[in-house]
Amino acid sequence: MKKDIILAGVGGQGILSIAAIIGFGAVESGFQLKQAEVHGMSQRGGDVQSHLRISDRTIYSDLVPLGSADLILSVEPMEALRYKPYLSESGWLVTNIHPFLNISDYPDMEELMKEIRIVPHHITLDANQISKELQAPRSMNMVMLGAAAPFLDIDYRKLQDGIRFVFGRKGEEIVEMNLRAMAAGKKQAEQEL
Amino acid sequence: MKRLMLLGDEAIAQGALDAGLSGIYGYPGTPSTEIIEYIQRNPEARQRNVQRTWSANEKTALEEALGISYTGKRAMVTMKHVGLNVAADPYMNSALTGANGGIIVAVADDPSMHSSQNEQDSRFYGKFALLPVLEPSNQQEAYDMPRLAFQISEMYGIPVMIRLTTRLAHSRAAITRIAVLPENEFHLPTDPNQFMLLPAFARKKYERHLSLQEKLEQEAEQSPYNTYTDGPDRSRGIIACGLAYNYLRENYTDRECPHPILKICHYPLPEKLIGTLLSACKEILILEEGMPLAEETIRGLLGYKLNIRGRLDGTIPRAGELSPALVRKALQLPDLPRAGIPAVVRGRPPALCLGCPHADTYKALKSALKDYGQGHVFSDIGCYTLGFLPPHQAINTCVDMGASISMAVGAADGGLFPAIAVIGDSTFGHSGMTPLLDAVVKKSNVVIVILDNATTAMTGMQDSQVEGRVEQICQGIGVEQEHIRIINPLERYLNENVSTFKEEIAYPGVSVVIARRPCIHVYARKRGRS
Repeated sequence: MKKDIILAGVGGQGILSIAAIIGFGAVESGFQLKQAEVHGMSQRGGDVQSHLRISDRTIYSDLVPLGSADLILSVEPMEALRYKPYLSESGWLVTNIHPFLNISDYPDMEELMKEIRIVPHHITLDANQISKELQAPRSMNMVMLGAAAPFLDIDYRKLQDGIRFVFGRKGEEIVEMNLRAMAAGKKQAEQEL
Repeated sequence: MKRLMLLGDEAIAQGALDAGLSGIYGYPGTPSTEIIEYIQRNPEARQRNVQRTWSANEKTALEEALGISYTGKRAMVTMKHVGLNVAADPYMNSALTGANGGIIVAVADDPSMHSSQNEQDSRFYGKFALLPVLEPSNQQEAYDMPRLAFQISEMYGIPVMIRLTTRLAHSRAAITRIAVLPENEFHLPTDPNQFMLLPAFARKKYERHLSLQEKLEQEAEQSPYNTYTDGPDRSRGIIACGLAYNYLRENYTDRECPHPILKICHYPLPEKLIGTLLSACKEILILEEGMPLAEETIRGLLGYKLNIRGRLDGTIPRAGELSPALVRKALQLPDLPRAGIPAVVRGRPPALCLGCPHADTYKALKSALKDYGQGHVFSDIGCYTLGFLPPHQAINTCVDMGASISMAVGAADGGLFPAIAVIGDSTFGHSGMTPLLDAVVKKSNVVIVILDNATTAMTGMQDSQVEGRVEQICQGIGVEQEHIRIINPLERYLNENVSTFKEEIAYPGVSVVIARRPCIHVYARKRGRS
């Protein structure tokens, strides 16, 4: 078993929470894990990514090699494409289509979607909309985690445990909200498959 | 013992704690910050009362570590690579005073400059000071190395550096803990003059330090972290230092590497091991994260006769961090098939947060300066450096910690008017007070803007040493009371703030304008708590 994952987004969108939950699930499943994060300057609204490597064998590099990611999971559509060189020929691109507009030259949405649809294996969803409908606007990242769940080869219950582990100290209500968001994302992705 | 999922930074912290650490000292700096933060929130460290507050800067931190070492206790100092420049004076001299309790200098380098203004390689400082350097290749080694570092430090009475780089510092993996060593008892140096560097003493100590070198090299030859692995294909031998070893192995996950490999993670360079590889192989490929230290040393002045590949001959780019792909190319293996970045993707540089107080300060400052043209604002290291980028475009320089004030003083000397410095509160505490003293003594015509957001924001909201004391410090240094002005950087006070700037620009002497409003993240956190 080997899963190389690039998590992508903009500083502050919560990709490290996604990484922590997948990481928790992977370790609980007995897999090896390496997870490279971005700290520092880029976290101030810049592009951020996390390399998450899961395997049943020794993992050497902390970085995913170019051309070998099994999954790009992005909480922002333009950021999804920034890491396309990492994607393997059989890899999946799972992305939120709600743009994060903090630059003046953000590309045309149609052009952007066209590029995303070029990727042979892709799942797109509006995670902001879904989280809004759930009245859980801060759980967009968990919707996206749910959308990626079918591609992780990690028991879904272990991801649920991961949410309890990461959000537990914020109270049961927050945990429940995030569990609902993840379930909604999963459902949406399964419909698209 | 239990396995823990730790960042490289955290692994070093846990390793030092488990090796009998009594005090950790440092100043926040990406990618080193999480080392101290881990110890600050670690329950065992609290229970043991390990010293763990931030220091004003890296120099005071290293000297505080020397002090606790003087009492026989084990200390670790942490900083980013450029922080070691600030601490270079005590670091170089600590080679001669040596250590009583073990001292680790943990330095995190940032090749590719993800969050830094240069990409210097701290191993050169180790070589310069003739002190050992350990360079972990993975999180487990990051955890294990502090133990060996303290052991060497106490055996030879010298500080030991642990050098890591961004990708290990900020990457998480599982480590296995081993038994916890007790802290040292209080014991003063056996030689009461150990830390006395009057020239007559220093000369003797330097002789002693030189005479140690052979033993330090012997340690490196026998180190468990320097390993020679033979291989059948001797057309090429590979030296892989620190993290580069992982990128090498990454390219041979499906089979054994056919070439002999020398993994080097413990310096000084092990000459005999390198000799073995050199005599066995036709060509040597040297992989190092950072600058070509091993490559330059091995090549020497006349090394063109050796067949050495690395950063110096362009096999690997001279600048920037390594990656699995760069190492793959150097190994002449075919690239994995991959797409390019679609042209539709735009750059997304970091930016000041929405509601950031610095944005309001810059707006007011720019308005006050609009009749003077461009090029008046010297800035410094912190979130506010992002004020260079659109839409703010409010500052002109960023050099090193504290340089805003000193450069404004020099520029005023050269005839620039107005000469404005913009510096954060924590940076002011780190290196701004001494140039402010220069300004006061020579009555410079400068305006120093201290952006007081009550935190060290860029590195993730660490305490600022000067919180609640900025005015008193300025007064104490000798800035006149009526020219220490406090503004509240909010849109609704814009006109008032512009006037304050204009008044202080008009005053022909040292003015300090303190723009005081907490970082929005600190504000949110405090509000959440109450």
